[in-house]
Amino acid sequence: MSHPAHLQHHFSDSEQQYESSKLGMWLFLLTEVLMFGGLFCAYAIFRAWHPEMFYHAHKMLDVTMGTINTVALITSSLTVALAIYSIQNNRQKDTVRYLTITILLAVVFLVIKYFEYAHKIHLGQLPGKFYTYGGIEEANPHLFFSMYFIMTGLHGIHVLGGIAVISWVIVRTKRGEFSSDYYTPVEMVGLFWHLVDLIWIFLFPLFYLIG
Amino acid sequence: MGTYSERNYLNTPTGIKSWLFTLDHKRIGLMYLFAIMTFLFVGGMIALVIRLELLNPGPDIVAADIYNRLFTLHGAIMIFLFIIPSIPAALGNILLPLMIGAKDVALPRLNLLSWYVFVAGACIAMYSIISGGVDTGWTFYTPYSSTTDSAVISMTFGAFVLGFSSIFTGINFIVTVHKLRMPGMTWFKMPLMVWGLYATAVIQILATPVLAITLVLLILERTWSIGIFDPMMGGDPVLFQHFFWFYSHPAVYIMILPGMGIISELITTFSKKKIFGYKAIAFSSLGIAFLSFMVWGHHMFTSGQSEFSSMIFSVITFLVGIPSGIKIFNWLATMYKGRITFETPMLYALIFLFTFSIGGLTGMFLGSIATDIHLHDTYFVVAHFHYVMMGGTVMAFLGGLHYWWPKIWGRMYNETHGRISAILVFVGFNMTFIPQFILGSQGMPRRYYMYVERFHTLNIVSTVGSWILAAGFFLMLYYLVISLFNGKPAGNNPWGSLGLEWSTPSPIPPENFDDDLKFEHGPYDYDKVIAEKTI
Repeated sequence: MSHPAHLQHHFSDSEQQYESSKLGMWLFLLTEVLMFGGLFCAYAIFRAWHPEMFYHAHKMLDVTMGTINTVALITSSLTVALAIYSIQNNRQKDTVRYLTITILLAVVFLVIKYFEYAHKIHLGQLPGKFYTYGGIEEANPHLFFSMYFIMTGLHGIHVLGGIAVISWVIVRTKRGEFSSDYYTPVEMVGLFWHLVDLIWIFLFPLFYLIG
Repeated sequence: MGTYSERNYLNTPTGIKSWLFTLDHKRIGLMYLFAIMTFLFVGGMIALVIRLELLNPGPDIVAADIYNRLFTLHGAIMIFLFIIPSIPAALGNILLPLMIGAKDVALPRLNLLSWYVFVAGACIAMYSIISGGVDTGWTFYTPYSSTTDSAVISMTFGAFVLGFSSIFTGINFIVTVHKLRMPGMTWFKMPLMVWGLYATAVIQILATPVLAITLVLLILERTWSIGIFDPMMGGDPVLFQHFFWFYSHPAVYIMILPGMGIISELITTFSKKKIFGYKAIAFSSLGIAFLSFMVWGHHMFTSGQSEFSSMIFSVITFLVGIPSGIKIFNWLATMYKGRITFETPMLYALIFLFTFSIGGLTGMFLGSIATDIHLHDTYFVVAHFHYVMMGGTVMAFLGGLHYWWPKIWGRMYNETHGRISAILVFVGFNMTFIPQFILGSQGMPRRYYMYVERFHTLNIVSTVGSWILAAGFFLMLYYLVISLFNGKPAGNNPWGSLGLEWSTPSPIPPENFDDDLKFEHGPYDYDKVIAEKTI
């Protein structure tokens, strides 16, 4: 029986190794969901306590910028899916191209986020004791911005992490390590990136589109 | 008489690098074992100092603020650095692949990473000692934890990092059980230890991330005053308790479930009898894991949560008694008419049955709302969780340690010393903690530096008990270390067990098994196998 270079000694075949990596990745994504789950839970409690304050505070967010970011991330999910499709068909150059576009879209997301953050820092719409803005009447508006900065901040860290691992996969693809026989890391990074998108899909309406 | 396998995972390959960069689950498990035994020693020493301080009602050997730091450190070390990784990461790492006939865990690099993350987390947590210590108790309740000037940030950040180590191990074990079972090893032919580790891993990956985010929020609360746990800023300190116990109550089952797995192995091996109610025990592990997520509120009966939710939490808490009882009675039924022998591991299994039952039943007192109001934050609680964690998990761990010691090292420890030590541990443990049940019911509060005169006698009994317990542990340390050098060679299977791990030489070869490994019988088919041949 032939023994491919990527196959680790303790697996009996590539199929078993692929299935193991995939299950491991899904379990990791589950832990991510639960970690954000704690924050969504805190959000739900504070919003239930202060519905009026959340409504007025959310108007400080720029819906246009949020929408552009949402479109950027959804598009990047498409490009990462296309990258996996390409490697499955042995088109390494397309894979590198699509992954590069994915990173560019992620950078667009972060740049827009930077401008949003900078504007809020300028106005003093900040978490907790740093909150100095005077334009919201209801009590405890700093709680909204605490939740906003923690949740979008943690999501932003995940975007940075995504950029790092996608870059690593680009380097390995250029080295010719992946083909239709073995592309597990490309797919795993893709799964991670979809989760990063998915979390944003929930963050966007919860912060920008409170009705 | 057995032989010592010359070519084994301990000496092949050699060199310090071959250990530091090893991907071998056995070596990683052994490195975990060294780490957790070190922390057991440190945590145990601190416990002795605490008990010595409590020998007399007034101040004795340490100042009050030092005392607060010591009991916090004792709890944090024992929970995050010893008990949680003890059975899964140390013994489980070594045994899980062996028990299912695999060459390694599914994700060996992740496994090594988890050890390094553990060491890093431990270093960060230890740094909090030299930077002043922590005086909040291991539960880090807000608002005290967000306002005290002790080193809460480094301790909680350490626990945060340790959580990742725990998550990595959990992911690895689930994938290993799903994907690497040998041909013929179906789900219901797996050893019950594997079921225990599997249920544990499920809790590890579902609960630990919530603790991670909670500790991050606490750190942000301290550094930036984000206000989420601060009532002055519209936040809610009780939210911290909810978050904390959403992890930390399931964590109690992270500690006990693998211990129950060990007990299933010990009882069958030393009764030479098929396990009674295999499926009931397997499913009760999953049942406990499931229920563990819905009982966290029983830690908060006095926190001001609504009476209605307290009532619900109380009822679900009582339900945990069902799967736990199923296990206890199945183990007893397994022993019934078995060919029981009383080697050291079996002694620990019997100690477990006794002390864990007391721990479980006193949990009922605390799970009923009315009695809990009286017993909350007293020594009754201290005694209860020591009976569950030490009387349960640690006794199972010690039983497992002695049971698999010959497999891990290829050498036997001194059986007589082992039995004496087990009896000392049993006597010392009960003498330390039974008085605390009485003290608690009489109203002695936990975590207090001083106490009133009428509690003096029972505290003396408890402290003397801790010395007997310590004597048992020091004897154990002595004969286990000695056994490494001049213990008798163990041979493949010193206990006559049918588990797959005993079919391979001791110490284990680097590749675990020969390539022609066949699945011949289940781990508990004693009736069948004894009928076919004499072991």
